[in-house]
Amino acid sequence: MKQNKCFHCGDPCDQETIVVDDKSFCCNGCKTVFEIFSESDLTCYYDLQGSPGAIPKEIGGKYDFLNQQNIIDKLLEFNEDNTQIVTLYIPHIHCSSCIWILENLNKLKTSISSSQVDFGKKTVHITYNSKHDSLKEVVLLLSAIGYEPYISLDDFSAGKKQIDRSLIYKLGIAGFAFGNIMFLSFPEYFQVDGFWIEQYKPLFRILMFVFSLPVVFYAAQDYFISAYKGLRSKVLNIDVPIALGVSVLFLRSTIDVFFDLGSGFFDSLTGLVFFLLLGKFFQQKTYAFLSFERDYKSYFPIAVTHISAEGKETPIQVYDIKKGDRLLIRNEELIPVDGILINGNARIDYSFVTGESKNISRTSGDKLYAGGKQTAGIIEMEVLKSVEQSYLTQLWSNAIFSKNKETAFSSITNAISRRFTIFVLSVAFIATTFWLVYDASKALNVFTAVLIIACPCAIALSAPFTLGNVLRRFGKTKFYLKSASVIEQLAAVDTIIFDKTGTITSNKNSTATYEGERLSKDEEDLLTNTLRASNHPLSRSLYAILERNNIFTLDHFREHLGKGIEGEVNQKSIKIGSANFVGITETAVLNTSVHVSTNNKYKGKFTFYNSYRKGVSKLFNKLKKHYDLVILSGDNEGELENLKKLLPVKTKLLFNQKPEDKLEYIKYHQTEGAKILMIGDGLNDAGALAQSDVGISVSENVNVFSPACDAILDASQFRQLYQYIKVSKQAITIIKWSFGLSFIYNIIGLYFAVTGQLSPVIAAILMPLSSISVVVFTTLATNFIGRKIK
Amino acid sequence: MSVIYILLTISIIIAIVFFFAFIMAVKKGQYDDSYTPSVRMLFEDELVKEDPKKAKQSKKD
Repeated sequence: MKQNKCFHCGDPCDQETIVVDDKSFCCNGCKTVFEIFSESDLTCYYDLQGSPGAIPKEIGGKYDFLNQQNIIDKLLEFNEDNTQIVTLYIPHIHCSSCIWILENLNKLKTSISSSQVDFGKKTVHITYNSKHDSLKEVVLLLSAIGYEPYISLDDFSAGKKQIDRSLIYKLGIAGFAFGNIMFLSFPEYFQVDGFWIEQYKPLFRILMFVFSLPVVFYAAQDYFISAYKGLRSKVLNIDVPIALGVSVLFLRSTIDVFFDLGSGFFDSLTGLVFFLLLGKFFQQKTYAFLSFERDYKSYFPIAVTHISAEGKETPIQVYDIKKGDRLLIRNEELIPVDGILINGNARIDYSFVTGESKNISRTSGDKLYAGGKQTAGIIEMEVLKSVEQSYLTQLWSNAIFSKNKETAFSSITNAISRRFTIFVLSVAFIATTFWLVYDASKALNVFTAVLIIACPCAIALSAPFTLGNVLRRFGKTKFYLKSASVIEQLAAVDTIIFDKTGTITSNKNSTATYEGERLSKDEEDLLTNTLRASNHPLSRSLYAILERNNIFTLDHFREHLGKGIEGEVNQKSIKIGSANFVGITETAVLNTSVHVSTNNKYKGKFTFYNSYRKGVSKLFNKLKKHYDLVILSGDNEGELENLKKLLPVKTKLLFNQKPEDKLEYIKYHQTEGAKILMIGDGLNDAGALAQSDVGISVSENVNVFSPACDAILDASQFRQLYQYIKVSKQAITIIKWSFGLSFIYNIIGLYFAVTGQLSPVIAAILMPLSSISVVVFTTLATNFIGRKIK
Repeated sequence: MSVIYILLTISIIIAIVFFFAFIMAVKKGQYDDSYTPSVRMLFEDELVKEDPKKAKQSKKD
């Protein structure tokens, strides 16, 4: 039978199918969204892209905090009488249909006067009238159509963020000056002699000088600053020869013009700065929607419900929570602070914190940690620590998070430029000494000419263009790097450390195996039907794994809290749960298992195993040839045997590792000279990810949450990891090749410079030619190596 | 002869006008989002196919 796909969200309709207007929907939520759209004549949504929607979530009272005026004030960017403007982050934005529907919100609600989407940042900018609709209603509307905004503590200071546009200004100024100076220098390129050129030469030259001023003093200032900083910390970085080249170009040209010695090199000067900035711009323009500097703030809620002594419920800001406060946590809400459970049925999903997907049951009096998500109804808790003092937040104040990795890493460009600078300076001095002896009048010319022609424009360009292109390629295949320098570091790695849960295992599904006496058909039916009645997470996952059997109503069903469940039909009874509950004693087992007995006779047990990601074994076998592999797991040794079967023999396996242990392990090996790639997820890996040379965070949903890291890898691409590292290595080779290429140009240029015949025309031809050919070479080469990643 | 001064002045003034326009455009945020507008401009055609009256309405707002 053909699998029916939901018209709205594209998911297969295997649970139930609702048919409206010949279109099938997987659930009521999707159907409702379709109905909302068709009522307002917005079905065009489905024409732009096939099944673009998302299933709207049940949100209940989740956004009640948006009734608080002080919280609304923090979120609004503009707030005046009848006009309110807010920018909301919507992770689901992914296609042109999303843009279309979100920009047509005014048809769904008249109070919204306009809405504008920024696709890159995945935000929508909404102007509405709070007289008719509150912010809460706007948010509820968005949630109802499947575009639930993500409001976190990070939004607390909305509207105060300034966009840094200085690079684009600089690029504009350099381009403007470059173009004009090129025009002004044309007459002199052709070296026409005569009255005309003699008369207007000074004017043209002075204009060129004037145009070059903003380029040198504004557009190129970053290079001077960086070179100064480099020299102060005794590092010869690539910006040193660039700054040297720019200043020598400028000084020599100015002297040439004012002493009437020649026309100077203003065209080369501005062209150089323009191309360099272009490279920088290219590097900067990656993916604005991913944030690599996320901390707890970007996923903590902005407000939580506070219960006063009189029992009144009011939403309060998370920062206002004090020790001893009583808080109400609703279903699907995050626990913002450490505390003690007072009452309610707590099933906490700590997957944000630990990567572990199983829900943990807690009874009143137990401690709850910040970062957990309540998944079963309402609970009440008492606050033990304020937000700043909670365990999770404390983890973040560890010193490694304030360390800047990039400065500590000496990149390939810097390594080469150090030798390059020394080489250029010695050539310049040797050539000058020679000319001082031979023809002293030309000595200064030669000295400056060497520095001008050797200005490492092409070298400076090759790395940003190669790495930028690889970065883009990786981004397209769902591997997002924080910056281009991560590629260089990735290529240098020799040890790879994996976290287990959530990294090499999948959060989405686990498998279970049955050991013991075979169950009869009747017993199986009874088992599934009893499980069906239970809401315990283990029952739910076991029920999902087992085959569906005849559904019937139980005569009797009881749930024993913390022990297990009991079901009865036609005088047959079944007990499912812990070993003690079904009446056997068991030696300590590390895995999670569920025991079954029927009619008080023990039958067997289901043992849960993590399910490993597809291709893990293959990936490890590829990696083991080149790298030391280690698995650091926070879990117990229950999976040891399974892992041993799956992984190559050499792999080190360490269990029961606390977040601090992981960090220390990496630190220790780094002091021994290892270059470490850490791959993890969840907040418990955050420290290790930050400490390692390269930290990759594996994420099932790239937009929602990843701890601070150097790269984010989409879980579906996990088995491609080896390819990514290989391409990074090849990228470094390409950079080396392009260095060779630009070196050839430099040799040719140096010949003209050293022999004292560098004229502005030769400089004007050679400098852009070398830059452009390097850019073309690296672009073609990176596209070639990038093809292999799917 | 002085025509060269006039031409030069005009050309530089024009260049500066364009440069100023560029700076203003950046300042107003024209370059902040370089993807969405390119998609947005395609929408009206889609609407015309479906219902011409509605398309005009949405144009206004």
